[in-house]
Amino acid sequence: MKRILAAALVLAPVAAMAAGSAHDLVLSHYAVQAKQADSAFAGFSAQRGETLFRTQWAKGDARTPSCTSCHTDNPRDPGRNAKTGRPIDPVAVSANPKRFTDLDQVEKQFGRDCKSVLGRECTPQEKGDYVTFMTGQ
Amino acid sequence: MTMRTNLLRLCLFAALVPAPALAGDDWVPPVKDPLVLKECGACHMAFQPAFLPARSWNRMMDELADHFGEDASLPADKVQAIRATLTANAGDVVGQGRARKYMQWVAPNGTPQRITENPDFERKHRKISDRTWKDPKVVTRSNCPACHRGADQGYYEDD
Repeated sequence: MKRILAAALVLAPVAAMAAGSAHDLVLSHYAVQAKQADSAFAGFSAQRGETLFRTQWAKGDARTPSCTSCHTDNPRDPGRNAKTGRPIDPVAVSANPKRFTDLDQVEKQFGRDCKSVLGRECTPQEKGDYVTFMTGQ
Repeated sequence: MTMRTNLLRLCLFAALVPAPALAGDDWVPPVKDPLVLKECGACHMAFQPAFLPARSWNRMMDELADHFGEDASLPADKVQAIRATLTANAGDVVGQGRARKYMQWVAPNGTPQRITENPDFERKHRKISDRTWKDPKVVTRSNCPACHRGADQGYYEDD
């Protein structure tokens, strides 16, 4: 009996994690990279992610000075591609649970969008901050 | 009345002016390949390959790193698979529907990249007002589904 109880206690957190595991996997990938880039890395911040999202960078494509150029000021709302006019599903996880669940997809999108908006690649910390903000939205 | 309805009305009005084309003439074979639909359709409609000749698609797949100013690079295996589908269904290969008209305007060795620069596109859209083109839902001339509700299925006569 004691043994079963011990096993349950060990497994409980694993089961609890499973629900958000896809997002957690993406975040842990960026956490490893962020730590490698800066040993003082102390975790991601939704607040920094929100600042990244709302800042008018104007360093890339003139049509996309900010993330909000396509995703609107409210990440829970559908957006529209400022270059092609194509509708974009909400980027907030609460409105679109599939977001940030496929690392290849996430990396491809950051690769394109960071160049378009910031005029450079995003750092692992910026990516993790952004995902953290969006998973809380 | 919603903006969308207004927009459709504008398009509809413009489309009433030219004489109706032969049945099926404003149709091209739709894209069915899941990879092409997913990757080409990520940022814009997955345009039907019949609108450009195979050599145009080859050039486009060679230049994905600067795809109309966007870095649309993909892994080599995906590039190869998409290239194969696009070239096999290109306008100069299948020659079905509207493709024949479009191909008539392409220079023998030309590799046009913008479907919207084909004179046949220009001619079919010459009555569309500036107001329609500047509608916030249109954004750009390549946003076919903004007006053509059947564009994804290759139908362009519903406008």
